[in-house]
Amino acid sequence: MTNHWIDIGNSDCILIMGSNAAENHPISFKYVQIAQAKGAKLISVDPRFTRTSSKADFYTALRSGTDIAFLGGMIKYILDKKLYNKEYVANYTNAPFVVEKAFKFSNGVFSGYDAKNRKYNKSKWAFNMDSKGIPKMDRSLKNSRCVLQLLKKHFSRYNTKLVSKITGTPEADLVEVYKTYAATGARGKAGTIMYAMGWTQHTVGVQNIRTMAMIQLLLGNMGVAGGGVNALRGESNVQGSTDHCLLWHIWPGYLKTPRASNVSLAAYNKKWTPKSNDPLSANWWQNYPKYSVSLLKSFFGEKATKANGFGYDWLPKVDDGTDYSWLTLFDEVYKGTVKGLFAWGMNPACSGANSNKVRKGMENLDWMVNVNIFDNETGSFWKGPGMNASTIKTEVFMLPACVSVEKEGSITNSGRWMQWRYQGPKPLGNSLSDGDIIMELGLKLKEVYKEGGAFPEPILNLKWDYMTDGLYDPHKVAKEINGYFTRDVKVKGKLCKKGTLVPSFGWLQADGSTSSANWLYCHSYTEKGNMSARRSKVDAPNNIGLYPNFAWCWPVNRRIIYNRASVDLKGQPWDKKDWVVRFAGKVKNGKYVSKKWIGDVPDGGWYPQENPDGTKRKDAKYAFIMRKHGHAQIFGPGRADGPFPEHYEPLECPIEKNLMGKQRMSPVAPVYGTDADAYATCDPRFPFVCSTYRVSEHWQSGLMTRPQPWLLELQPQVFVEMSKELAKLKGIKNAERVMVSSARGSLECTAIVTKRFKPFKIAGKTVHQVGVPWNFGWRWPETGTEESANLLTPSTGDPNTRIPESKAFMVNVTKK
Amino acid sequence: MNVTRRKFIQITGASAAGLAVSSLGFDLTPIKSHAQMLKTKYAKETTTICCYCAVGCGAIVHTSKKGDGRVINIEGDPDHVISRGSLCSKGASLSQLTENDNRLLEPMHRAPYSKKWEKVSWDWALTEIAKRVKKTRDASFEHKNAKGQVVNRTTAIVSVGSAAMDNEECWIYQAMVRALGLVYVEHQARI
Repeated sequence: MTNHWIDIGNSDCILIMGSNAAENHPISFKYVQIAQAKGAKLISVDPRFTRTSSKADFYTALRSGTDIAFLGGMIKYILDKKLYNKEYVANYTNAPFVVEKAFKFSNGVFSGYDAKNRKYNKSKWAFNMDSKGIPKMDRSLKNSRCVLQLLKKHFSRYNTKLVSKITGTPEADLVEVYKTYAATGARGKAGTIMYAMGWTQHTVGVQNIRTMAMIQLLLGNMGVAGGGVNALRGESNVQGSTDHCLLWHIWPGYLKTPRASNVSLAAYNKKWTPKSNDPLSANWWQNYPKYSVSLLKSFFGEKATKANGFGYDWLPKVDDGTDYSWLTLFDEVYKGTVKGLFAWGMNPACSGANSNKVRKGMENLDWMVNVNIFDNETGSFWKGPGMNASTIKTEVFMLPACVSVEKEGSITNSGRWMQWRYQGPKPLGNSLSDGDIIMELGLKLKEVYKEGGAFPEPILNLKWDYMTDGLYDPHKVAKEINGYFTRDVKVKGKLCKKGTLVPSFGWLQADGSTSSANWLYCHSYTEKGNMSARRSKVDAPNNIGLYPNFAWCWPVNRRIIYNRASVDLKGQPWDKKDWVVRFAGKVKNGKYVSKKWIGDVPDGGWYPQENPDGTKRKDAKYAFIMRKHGHAQIFGPGRADGPFPEHYEPLECPIEKNLMGKQRMSPVAPVYGTDADAYATCDPRFPFVCSTYRVSEHWQSGLMTRPQPWLLELQPQVFVEMSKELAKLKGIKNAERVMVSSARGSLECTAIVTKRFKPFKIAGKTVHQVGVPWNFGWRWPETGTEESANLLTPSTGDPNTRIPESKAFMVNVTKK
Repeated sequence: MNVTRRKFIQITGASAAGLAVSSLGFDLTPIKSHAQMLKTKYAKETTTICCYCAVGCGAIVHTSKKGDGRVINIEGDPDHVISRGSLCSKGASLSQLTENDNRLLEPMHRAPYSKKWEKVSWDWALTEIAKRVKKTRDASFEHKNAKGQVVNRTTAIVSVGSAAMDNEECWIYQAMVRALGLVYVEHQARI
């Protein structure tokens, strides 16, 4: 979330699309209802009428997988009716940037498409640069090659008639949503979006979110209270685990995993440190080497020296242009190239798309380490449905982890708040905290590599001093994450003593004099103490629910990021009532003469771009400091699938042609080729659109809720929800057990026949949609009859993230 | 109706369900205050953050200071500025996640081709895992890729997990697997 939970209460219009917050993030609804009580409008757009919809001021349905068509229509509406915040768009976004002539869009694809390799050559999407290497800009937004004009042209096709044919949403409903939401483009008004996996789990997932981010920029909703782009993250610490980068492509703090071509630390830093020639661009990532070197110092401590590149060579490199993500990982497991698997606090046998492929692949492993609170479908895969244990060689170690209240440490919520938890009871039985298991395993690994082996240096040199009295000590790690001065050093004119904690990332250095295991968290545990453990209920003076001294949030306790876009060029808030920051420096003769921001921690403390008398300042910085050119990107030339979003049908869809253009599905979405990777589009065997979702009483694959009697009693069975019309067509009665099948697998479900689904009219044809929650698996309940909806889902996903397309695929439903 | 300690035990012993629906038709106030007194008198109080979704609601954990040292109750934390004492159905069941007969309590091992789990010690399990890791890693370690570039990695060991760990645990976990040379490092955020 760019904003945070409490801030939703400041909104004037809340769009919930691609999530079902009332059921999956129930307590967030406290703030939705607070906003509604103050007059805000709640809009719910979902293929199914959910509990979120039941609280909405306006609800409408769309077919799964057509969000870009729906939102693209909104972009057209905003541009046609000039409802955008022109001052914001012209000054804070790249709308005025001039794009090179090589950029084109025709036949449903962007220029630079290489059909053979299913890849784009992104150099065709470059900006036109001036002689100094700064993008050419036309702040009047009139240049025919400027981003705003190209945007108008691109979305000119997205008229409500065509959008309605694709989405199945009535035209009048589209206009109602567009009108209500676009009203937040007025100065002082804020609209927000609450989305979740309903947007990410598509072959166009990233572009779904980009389309909305572009709307937010056009309406001036980024950086303001009650605005932002808010991903409702689904796990208590999935924000933290992402920040610490348990992901193949990034290192802690969103640094890049080194590529094989980054042959030295110097080459790595050079490659990934962006350069801007514009003195007005803060280009914050220019600090990259400070963060990478400080991270290496945390990895290897005193063993990391300038002479050995701070241990850069000890860490693994990935091949350039190669993917190592989840779908590819399990593709390799299935093909048998992988021998050992750690499934740590995860249940891939139920949570992975195309779960039959995942489960079958596990038979090819030599060994698996499964760490969990309960026995699960992953650790016990060898005795699951259809498995013959006596033919399965895989050796499995199943290790009991304790639950969260039995240990101490921090987690980071969706609003980026890092919150400290304390130990209540001791771990039950012989269970241990993950921290203790990891520390002990690390010690064992160091022990076996003392005797030699392949490349033992990184294991032996890994800094591993996070225990106190023989037990894992979360405070020691939390301090390492913040970072230390590793020697006496003078920074910002102040002598910093060796062994003291770094006050914030502004103090980190690239010469090895500081460590920080994650620069984004530098400021979280300082000489002032553990910031995440704070409990003050006193709000900040702007009284918008920031609670700056309750817990801590990254970066540097800034509660609303991009907040310098919440003010005009003179540093004064668009919204005089719910303001986030404001410039309060002294004025002399119409000029600011001292620097002072009040409210939230400002996104950089520089002077505003203009003085009160309207003259431009040379010592100012543009608002979007994390972007190389200082502007938010309406045109996004870094994406794998195009600089503008385009509606493509899901890989599996019910219509033969994409009504928007000649290209049916994303031209760059990944597909896999094993015998377990069947796909079936427009196939009469699988005529119904299906989406997976969750119920309030279970969580994710259900492993932490299905073994609980209360929750299992509330939601005991996997079900398939369908319309009355479809039930009639198939002769299915409510509560009857039926089979749901896709090209990849099938499962038995209880039919739930409701009015919450309605058939869609798509291109003149009736299309039915059904839904199956993915919270189940054969291990719990012990009847073994309730299975995972991921047996149905396809192994394809977004070309940028490779998040699987679990929200739109094709199935059949039949009587048993 | 004045409920004495003795009476309270009789009522709770005879009909806990009756109390829950208040069908006895008497004022519950004295019983409530008595229950609270019990909780604070014999319990350690700690705060926690719910382990399910990422709203980050606060909860208060009461742990017995006597006897088994286990959780007596977990309830919403009214002083938490986001949740203000509220919890959803999952959060309200946190005590049942902790005090649950289905939990794994011992390290278990399944030998190749075996049809059953066998209980093992932590020391044995971690020693054997370290041996398996070393054997696979040493046999598969790539110093250079096909182009001759230094890569120092193994693709024969992979890791998934976990958003269920604390921040500090996530950091040391990624450090350990990256020091081993793993490049297939993924978790919940990808799915």
